[in-house]
Amino acid sequence: MVNLGIDIGNLNFKNPVLTASGTCGYGPELDDFFDVSRLGGIVVKGTTIEPREGNAYPRMAETPSGMLNAVGLQNKGIDYFEKHIYPEIVRYDTHIIVNVNGNTIDDYVSLSERINRLEGIPAIELNISCPNVKRGGMVFGTNLDSAREVTKAVRSVYKKTLIVKLSPNVTSIVDFARVVEEEGADSVSLINTLLGMAVDVNKMRPSLSTITGGLSGPAIKPVALRMVWQVAKAVKVPVIGMGGIMNATDAIEFFLAGASAIQVGTVTFIDPVAPVKILEGIEKYMIDKGFSDIREIIGYLNK
Amino acid sequence: MTKRVEDLKIVENKLLTDDFCVMELESMSKIPDFKPGQFVQVKIEGSPDTFLRRPISVHDVDFIRNRFKMLIQVLGKGTAMLYNLKKGDYLNVVHPLGNSFSIPAGKQKILLVGGGTGIAPLLFLGKYLKNRGFEIEYLLGFRNKTRVILVEEYTNVGKVHIATEDGSVGEKGLVTSHSALKSENISIIYCCGPDPMMHSIADYCRKNNINCEVSLENLMACGFGICLCCIVETTRGNICTCTEGPVFNIRELKW
Repeated sequence: MVNLGIDIGNLNFKNPVLTASGTCGYGPELDDFFDVSRLGGIVVKGTTIEPREGNAYPRMAETPSGMLNAVGLQNKGIDYFEKHIYPEIVRYDTHIIVNVNGNTIDDYVSLSERINRLEGIPAIELNISCPNVKRGGMVFGTNLDSAREVTKAVRSVYKKTLIVKLSPNVTSIVDFARVVEEEGADSVSLINTLLGMAVDVNKMRPSLSTITGGLSGPAIKPVALRMVWQVAKAVKVPVIGMGGIMNATDAIEFFLAGASAIQVGTVTFIDPVAPVKILEGIEKYMIDKGFSDIREIIGYLNK
Repeated sequence: MTKRVEDLKIVENKLLTDDFCVMELESMSKIPDFKPGQFVQVKIEGSPDTFLRRPISVHDVDFIRNRFKMLIQVLGKGTAMLYNLKKGDYLNVVHPLGNSFSIPAGKQKILLVGGGTGIAPLLFLGKYLKNRGFEIEYLLGFRNKTRVILVEEYTNVGKVHIATEDGSVGEKGLVTSHSALKSENISIIYCCGPDPMMHSIADYCRKNNINCEVSLENLMACGFGICLCCIVETTRGNICTCTEGPVFNIRELKW
């Protein structure tokens, strides 16, 4: 038996495989394919106080080894979530983490307060890195003062595990990780998508309605891995790594580089059972290599 | 577990033209209880350019032999790779996906209108309705004589009317100007084809008070409701084509 359990803040996860926000719905969509209670956690779709319709179609473009999206945080708002979605997903035997978004610091604060009251939600992921909204999102995550301010404000009202999701679209992601750590974040998750663009040469116009969008998939994995490695060396809080993980080997690269947990994202669009396959593959690697605890390989490169 | 990911064996890949093929897949286990209008997501192996799966309509189903067919048109690299697959090859499929055309209450005259590769789900739908005692007719549109495919298969199910843009087969013009559309007492039209065609059929049905369902083909990444990329504007807001559709009643659509 290998121990795959890890801790993020005061929260223990039975294993380090989580599904990334925006790539797993709320859980039931994947529960149609496998038992989602096997996962360490589910980070549900980006949520806002008010319902949002998101951006206009087309919102997606396939690119080499990846894809661009410009969904724009479409969601039904916190009231709907609390009333209709939360009661259904709270029964899963896994940590449900809500990805929190807003236009203003007040939005982030009041949403975090609302979620703090939901007993079955042990953590939030503060999304200061969505590239597809005009206000909020990446605006907070690409300015050090704003990142500090929003983390501080949320920390003062949110009592459970606080994860801050960082943007790669900055000169030094390490600086952002340090700032949110200083303001009390229990963990940082990285990376959100890289800002990108595609052009339809037949129609002679941008492929996305929003012109630019967020690049994800294996195309971004080397960038994500480098950033996780840098951040893991620079901060004391656990790092949750993501970006282009397609299989267990990719996931293990992130652990060796310093990630305490990983999030599986875009691959789920192509292979809905990828999260469990990755979990099984990590366990097999541990057994094959003679490790008994996942913590033996976390940050191995930096030891 | 209501959906699954599965390797299916290609039992036949019949090339109809230089860009159309009908591929038949077989499952080792019981195939899903497919409904007409549903689709599958197929994986394109071995090409980083075709990163995502391709959504393909269920064209025909053989529940006894656990087989189903897909009509595929070569439109890009992904579909070109599918066209080149051979009998005996395997294809990784996610299924069953999407909703289905509604089954009318009581006997009504039903017209199934399709264009190009959009004729695909109408074969399964036609057989399904016929088996339940409905009288159906087809109105199929093609560019010209060389593009007319599968007429025999459809004729076995119901009367087939054809429109070609150059008049080389059937009536000249688009399906929207075909006389079969004007025939009286059509109470339901089920339509699948290029967007402009579905838009004009929807306009026609609105004007003439005909109940109409269309099957959309929006760009999608996942096919089961988690990426929120394939949205369509409806009276219920932006909703996913893959889970709330692909079949929509035109009353719901904002076009």
